[in-house]
Amino acid sequence: MTRKLRLKPLRVLKHLFLIAVSFLSAFPFYWMLSSATNDTADIILGRILPGSHLLVNWANLTGAGKIGTAFFNSVRNAVVLTFLSLFISSMAGYGFVIFRDKWKNKVMGVLMLSMMIPPAATLIPMFRMFSQLGLINTLAGFMLPSIATVFLIFMFRQATQSFPYEIVQAARIDGLGEFNIFLRMFVPIMRPTYAAAAIVTFMNAWNSYLWPLVILQSPDQLTLPIYAGSFRGGYVLDYGLIMLVVTISTIPMLVIFFTLQRSFVVGILGSVK
Amino acid sequence: MTALRAPRPRGGLDRKIARKGWLFILPAVLLILALSFYPMVEAFLLSLQKGSGNQLTYGGLSNYQRLPKDNTYVTALGNTFFYLIVQVPVMLALALILAVMLNDSKLMGRGIYRTLIFLPCATSLVSCSMIFLQLFSNNGLLNSLFLRWGWVSEPIPFLTNAVYARLVIVITMLWRWTGYNMVFYLAGLQNIDHQIYEAARIDGASAIQQFTKITVPLLRPIILFTTVLSTNGTLQLFDEVRIMTAGGPGIGTATLSWHIYRTTFESVPRFGYAAAMAFTIFLMVAALAFIQMKVGERK
Repeated sequence: MTRKLRLKPLRVLKHLFLIAVSFLSAFPFYWMLSSATNDTADIILGRILPGSHLLVNWANLTGAGKIGTAFFNSVRNAVVLTFLSLFISSMAGYGFVIFRDKWKNKVMGVLMLSMMIPPAATLIPMFRMFSQLGLINTLAGFMLPSIATVFLIFMFRQATQSFPYEIVQAARIDGLGEFNIFLRMFVPIMRPTYAAAAIVTFMNAWNSYLWPLVILQSPDQLTLPIYAGSFRGGYVLDYGLIMLVVTISTIPMLVIFFTLQRSFVVGILGSVK
Repeated sequence: MTALRAPRPRGGLDRKIARKGWLFILPAVLLILALSFYPMVEAFLLSLQKGSGNQLTYGGLSNYQRLPKDNTYVTALGNTFFYLIVQVPVMLALALILAVMLNDSKLMGRGIYRTLIFLPCATSLVSCSMIFLQLFSNNGLLNSLFLRWGWVSEPIPFLTNAVYARLVIVITMLWRWTGYNMVFYLAGLQNIDHQIYEAARIDGASAIQQFTKITVPLLRPIILFTTVLSTNGTLQLFDEVRIMTAGGPGIGTATLSWHIYRTTFESVPRFGYAAAMAFTIFLMVAALAFIQMKVGERK
C-alpha cells in the first residue's frame, strides 16, 4: 500500500518527461505542415496555427517550375536504386549462407571492413573516377556506389540463416536451377525481410544529399533534398514556400513510417544481432 | 531460432554447387571492391599529390604537413570533435533512458510515446535542417515568440553567434537521431529476461542499481554498436552544417566534411589536399572505432 503511494509522484514525473520529449519530437512536424499553409509574413510574426495560404504557396512553387522535375527524379532514383540494390545485395547475402565455404567466409570478412570506410573519405576519388567514365549527371552515377552495401548483405545473410535449407535441397532434387531456387523459393518466403530492406534503402536514396550534390549537378537531375537545400542562400527566405517543399519531400516518408512502422523498425535494426 | 544451417559442402557435386555460389556473390563483391576499397586506396595516393585542378604531381607528405598550418582545417577539426563529444554521449544517454522508460509494459500510452519519439527518423537531414533553420533564425519562430512574450528585446543570434550555432546544430542532431538510437536499445531490452530484474528486486536492488548493474552491462554490445555508428556519422557531419549555417559565422561551425567539400567543389579544386583531409577522417574513424571496440569488449 505505502509502496504504491510512494511510486505515484515518480510515475507522474515520468509521464511529464515523456510528454515533453514527445512534444519536442512532434512539434517541428506540426510547424512544417502549418507553415506550408501560411504566408511568409505571418510565419515571421510567429503564427503557429495553420492558415489559408497553401494554394498561394503551391502556385508560387509550381510557378518556379522545378518541383515536378525534383519530385520525379527523387522517385525515379529511389525506386530504381531500391530494386537493383535489393536484388544484388540479397543475392550476395543468400550466396554467403547457402553456398557457405571457407573462402566465402573470408570474403565476407573483408567486405565487413568496408564499413570502416567513410563515404566522405572516398568522395573525391569517386567524383574523379565517375567524371572520367562520363557518369556525371546520370542515374547510373547516382546509383552505383549504393547498389551493393555491406549493411544489406549482412542483413540478408542473417535472414538467410533462418531460411530452411530443406527447401533448397528439395528444390534441387526437383531439378530447379540454383538461380531459380533463389528467385522462386527464397524471395517470396523472405518477403518481410525484403520489405524492411526496401524501406531503409528507399529512405536512404530519397534523403541522400552529399552524393547527389556532387554527381547530379545539372538542373534536369535536380532532386528534392537538393532543391529544398537550395533555398538556403537568399537574404529573405520565403518560409511558406520552403516549408511546402520540405513537406512534399517528407510526406512520402511519413506515409511509409505510419503504414509500415514495423518493417521500418526492422529495417533500421537490420543487421544488428 | 536459427534453423538448419547450410552444411559445409562435401564431395564432388556439392563442390560444383559451391562454385556456382560465387556467381551470387560476385556482383556485390566487385561493386564494393571497385567503389569502396579502390577509392580508398586512390584517396591515399591522391593525398600524396599536390597542385590544383588536374595538374597534379607527387609531393610526398607535403599535404599532410600543411594540415596543422591550415586554420580552417584546425577549426573544422575542433568543431567536429566538439559535436562528437557533446552530442554523442548526450544523445545515447537520453536514448537509453527513454528506452528503459518505454520498455515498461505497464506504462500507459507507451505506443504513442514510442511512435512520436521515433518520428524524426522519417525526415531527411535536409528537411530537418531546413525546419530547424527556420525555428532558430533571427526571424524564426523561437525569436518571434520570445520577442512577443517580451523575454528578449532583440533576437537571440542563434545561428550567427558561433557558440550558439554549434549548440543549435547539436540540438538538431539530437532531435533527428535520439529516437533512432532508442529503437536499438528497445530491441536490446526486449531480449533481457524479466526474471533477472525480478530476482534483483527480491535481492533488494534499487531501480538505479538495476539500471547500472543489469541493463547497461547486458546492453553493452548494442551501446558499443550505436557509439561506433554515431561517431562515424558525426565525424562525417555535412548536411546540417551546409544548410543551417554554411559553416558560419565565418568558419565557426565548419566541419571536416564541409571543408573537404568546399576545397573540392566550391573553388579551384585542390584534389590532393582535399584527399589528405579526407584520409585523416578515415584514420580517425578507424582509430576511434578500434578504441571503442577495445573499451567495449573489456569485461
